Amino acid sequence: MAQQRQFNPYSNNGGTILAIAGSTFSVIAGDTRQTEGYNIQTRYAPKVFRLTDKAVLATNGFAADGNQFVKKVRQRLEWYRHAHSKEMPIRAIARLIQTMLYGRRFFPYYVYNILGGIEEDGSGAVYSFDPVGSYERETCRAAGAAQSLVQPFLDNQIYFKNQTPPPGQSFPAHLPLPTVLELVIDSFTSATERHIEVGDGLEMYIVLARDSGLQGLDGFQGVTEMGATPEGEKLFVLRRNLKRD
Amino acid sequence: MSTIFSSAGFDFSNQLRNGFLVEKGLPLPKATSTGTTIVGCLFDQGIVLGADTRATEGPIVADKNCEKIHYITDSIRCCGAGTAADTEFTTALISSNMELHALSTGRKPRVVTAMTMLKQMLFRYQGQIGAALVLGGVDATGPHLFTIHPHGSTDKLPYVTMGSGSLAAMAVFESSWRPNMSRDDALQLVKDAISAGIFNDLGSGSNVDACIIMENHTEMLRNVEMPNERAQKERTYGFRRGTTAIKRETIRSLVVSEEVTPVGADDAMDTS
Repeated sequence: MAQQRQFNPYSNNGGTILAIAGSTFSVIAGDTRQTEGYNIQTRYAPKVFRLTDKAVLATNGFAADGNQFVKKVRQRLEWYRHAHSKEMPIRAIARLIQTMLYGRRFFPYYVYNILGGIEEDGSGAVYSFDPVGSYERETCRAAGAAQSLVQPFLDNQIYFKNQTPPPGQSFPAHLPLPTVLELVIDSFTSATERHIEVGDGLEMYIVLARDSGLQGLDGFQGVTEMGATPEGEKLFVLRRNLKRD
Repeated sequence: MSTIFSSAGFDFSNQLRNGFLVEKGLPLPKATSTGTTIVGCLFDQGIVLGADTRATEGPIVADKNCEKIHYITDSIRCCGAGTAADTEFTTALISSNMELHALSTGRKPRVVTAMTMLKQMLFRYQGQIGAALVLGGVDATGPHLFTIHPHGSTDKLPYVTMGSGSLAAMAVFESSWRPNMSRDDALQLVKDAISAGIFNDLGSGSNVDACIIMENHTEMLRNVEMPNERAQKERTYGFRRGTTAIKRETIRSLVVSEEVTPVGADDAMDTS
C-alpha cells in the first residue's frame, strides 16, 4: 500500500464558554485554560474579548482560529467606525459575524462563537453561532468542552425546564444580575470538577444597559470597570480562580 | 468440516469479528481508563509507592478519589495505570496466587515472583489486558522496584513512573532523586512527583496516595495530601416539594389487616 500523508491544520484547545442575557444586562464568561490532548498549554489564555463597550465576543474550539477571527471582526468594526462615526449595533455585529463565518464555508474557522451585549433598545442580548455562521438570539447558551454538562443545568435554572411553579405563581422571564453571576460561577466550578479540560481561571464580562444602575454588581469583590459608551452602557470584568488539577 | 477440538496456538477469530463490527459501525464498549500518575522510589530501608486518585472516561472525570495502589501481599504492593478493570483484576488474581504460593512454600513470597507471574500473564494476553504497573516490595533479598508494561516487558530501576503523568513525575525524580535517601525525604519526593502529575497532566488529579514498604512494616497513606478540596458553591440547589410534575396519582393501601378470633382460648396447650 502507498504511504499515506496528511496535513491536519485544526486542533482542539478545550475549555468552555457561556453567556446569559438579563432584561438590562448581559454576562459573557469563559475559563482561561488552554489545552492540547492531556497537556495544559497555558493557564491563562483569554477566550472572551471586548469588541466595543457594549459588545463582547467569546470564542471556543481551535484557539488560533479564534484569535484570528476576533482580530478580523475588530478590524471590520474599526472600518465601520471610520465610515459611520459610531459603534456598530450588536444585531449588526451578529449579522457581520454570520457573513464572515459563511465566507469560509469550505475552510471554516473551527470556532464556536457566542456574542453578548446590549441591544439598541437597551435589552440584554446573547447571539450564538456555529462554525459556518448559523446563528440565533437566545437568553442563555453554553459552548465548548463542557457544553453537555453546563447547558442542561442552565436550561433548568434559567428557563426553569422540568420544574413546575408553586400553585398560582409563575417563574420569572429574567433573573437579577447577582443570581446570574452566582449561576455562572457555579457552572464553572462544577464543570471544573468533572471535565479535565476546564479549570485554572474564570473570566466574566458584564455589560450593563444605560440608566440601569449597578444592579447589585457592587456586592461582588474584584470587579473592574473596562469602559463605558457615551450613551451610558457600562462594561465590567470579574475574575475568579478555578481548581488547577 | 469443523471438529469440537480447537487447533493449537492463539485464536484470533474474535479479533477479526470485532474489526468487522467496528467497520460496520458498531464500536467496542469504552472502558474506564485511569489516565494516571503512578510512581515508585527506592530509599535506604525500603520502597515508597505513590499514585493520584483520578479515574477518567475520555475527558470526563469518572471517580475523583479512586484507589490505585493495590494489595499483593503484606510487603508487596502494586500501582496500576491503564484500563481500570484490567489493573484491578490482574492484581487481585496475582495477589491470590501469591498467597497460595506462600502457603505451599511456607516462605514469605518474593517481589520477583509477583513480577514474573504478572509479566507471564500479560504476555500471554498479547497486550490485550491494558495494565501498566509499578510493582514494589521488600523480601528476603531486599527491596525491589519494577515496572511492567501491558505487553509483558519489565524494568528494574531505583525510581520509576508510569501513566499519562509519567513525564511530569519523572522530571521531578530526575532533578531530585539521589541514592540512600531517608524515609521522610523519599516520601516528600514521591508526593512532589505525584503533585507534578496532578497539576500538569489532565489525566491525573485530586489527591495523593502513598505507601511505604519496609522490611517488617508496611504503611498505607491514603489521601496523604489533599490539594484539591471541593470549592464552596455560591448557591444552594434545593427543590420545593411538588416541583416534579405529576401526570397521575393512585394510592393503594399496602397494609393487610386481619382479624384473629381465638377459638377455645381457655384451653391452653399442655406444655408440662
